Amino acid sequence: MTAGPMSESADAEEAAEGAASPEMPELYGVPLSEHRGQAVLHPSLDTYVATVEALKADGFVSLVDLCAADYLTNGTRTLPAGVAPERFEVVLNLISHQPPRRIRVRLQVPESDPTVPTLFDLYPGTENMEREAFDMFGIVFDNHPDPTRILMPHDWDGHPLRKDFGVGAVPVQFKGAPAPR
Amino acid sequence: MTLLDDNSTTGTAAKSGAGETAKSEPSRPSAAELGAALIAPGAERVHRRDETSAVIRIDEADAEMVEAVDPDPMSDEPMIINMGPVHPSTHGVLRLVLEMQGEQVLRSKPVIGYLHTGMEKTGETLSYLQGTTNVTRMDYASPLFNELVFSLATETLLDIEVPPRAQWIRTMMCELNRISSHLLFQATNGMDVGAVSMMLYGNRLREETLRLLEKVTGLRMNNNYIRPGGVAVDLPDGWREDVMALMDHLPPLIDEFDTLLTGQPIFRERLQGVGTINAEECLALGVTGPILRGSGYAWDLRRDMPYLKYDEVDFDVIIGTYGDCFDRYAVRLNEMRESMKIVRQCVEMMPPGDYRIQDKKVTPPPRARIDESMEALIHHFKIFTEGFKVPEGEVYVAVESPRGELGCYMVSDGGAHPYRMHIRAPSFVNLQTMPHMMQDSLVADAVAIISSVDPVLGEVDR
Repeated sequence: MTAGPMSESADAEEAAEGAASPEMPELYGVPLSEHRGQAVLHPSLDTYVATVEALKADGFVSLVDLCAADYLTNGTRTLPAGVAPERFEVVLNLISHQPPRRIRVRLQVPESDPTVPTLFDLYPGTENMEREAFDMFGIVFDNHPDPTRILMPHDWDGHPLRKDFGVGAVPVQFKGAPAPR
Repeated sequence: MTLLDDNSTTGTAAKSGAGETAKSEPSRPSAAELGAALIAPGAERVHRRDETSAVIRIDEADAEMVEAVDPDPMSDEPMIINMGPVHPSTHGVLRLVLEMQGEQVLRSKPVIGYLHTGMEKTGETLSYLQGTTNVTRMDYASPLFNELVFSLATETLLDIEVPPRAQWIRTMMCELNRISSHLLFQATNGMDVGAVSMMLYGNRLREETLRLLEKVTGLRMNNNYIRPGGVAVDLPDGWREDVMALMDHLPPLIDEFDTLLTGQPIFRERLQGVGTINAEECLALGVTGPILRGSGYAWDLRRDMPYLKYDEVDFDVIIGTYGDCFDRYAVRLNEMRESMKIVRQCVEMMPPGDYRIQDKKVTPPPRARIDESMEALIHHFKIFTEGFKVPEGEVYVAVESPRGELGCYMVSDGGAHPYRMHIRAPSFVNLQTMPHMMQDSLVADAVAIISSVDPVLGEVDR
């Protein structure tokens, strides 16, 4: 699916990782896997921004989608060797127009410190998407220009798309609601 | 009609010299100046994060607290005005925080969430067959595209391919839906810039298109027609005549729009040079659809990454030149004509065969079998109560909706419900262009800009 060149400039850490499993495919020194014919990159938090920068330089002109997922109750996910599973994932979908192709980036985000650098400076269109991921999952985007909620009221408690956020008998939160008679 | 033959293909008609009235207002740049700013390349302005950015990044609650009316009438301090969320021109419940200097918009920010009903969360509790009833309510002006992208994602996870007739039916129905959606745009866009009769003309034609959708699917909107595995029912008797009658009926009436709007100096004066954005800025912001094409960038998923049967039909990708409101209007107007071309080809090439996959896992048995076979009854019951299981994995699938790239990111854990169902809504992303388009324009132009973005708040908020 992807035809990008293999990067020569992987730093020592990734080189060691790649050496552990030499047959594992990589792109820009980052593990590359394929799901249903769609290419997926699995950077670590350290290589995340550099990977997206490399993708941008490689012709991926537009970041069409950024969303998050909570794998709290999903035990079936498969990740390439060397990628440690974490509770949250930030998922990017990028598109290259020349030639037409897509690539996905799945970033593992730990529950203990769900902080991810923002991509605003590379793709300013991520502003709303990162706000949504923060609103729905509580993932903090470091250095984001407007780190506020976007869909829920600004004083809402909790992050609704997390798997441990209840559905059903959730008390309705309305600010300034009149007291019951 | 005679006025308009020069611009009936794209919005590339030369800017007229009729911009004299605008020059009497010193704060407003002329169309020529804006055009020059547009043609100047670069996406620097959308990258700004300080106060020179067109986006006023203040908290929505702070904006409510701001004293809207300055007590001193002679003061020329900028003031913050909230427009919406219930304003007739904001296409639903969109609220705009506008920083105004007199009548000029300095910075702005769209505030959304008033229609948020947690549809992505709801999607996690519905089976794959129920899921289409959920997503169809997101972009209520083009529901079939939502159903399509959800079904395509499910089918990719299931690794099944629907029969050719189902694919052709999907292609045709989606293009009919695109026509009805763009007709709604023509109606509201005309209304927003003062051509109130367009509200009647546009909606009249839209209803005629919806009547055909109703005849096929049973419902005007929220059709729940395209489902994982195919479509709900086959085309009804006499569909060919109905579709062709509509295809013969629409073009002369759409040509009337040209007479009413395209060549009309007042309409052009309202849209030309207003709300310009260039292709680089669109790409940086992730913007797709008529806004990107209106900026002169030919990118259409139907042509460039074909799905369904779009690689077997012949159509043109319509682009504009200046990326202003008029180009976006012209792109949508002419996309309707291209859609009609596609529909005619679909009618011609519609193959016989099955309208849904004959895979017992995803397709319920025929109604007649239920009366005579216990197994069929059990099978039917199981499919509609438990649903079918989908192998674990994750996919992202995208289609070209009337508003741009509509995507579905779906994660399955092997169960009968999606583990995570995210809809990449084009309007949600396209909204980010508004502050950049509105900067230094008048409030009246801001209304035209909202209209030209054509947001559907149902899919923005989900």
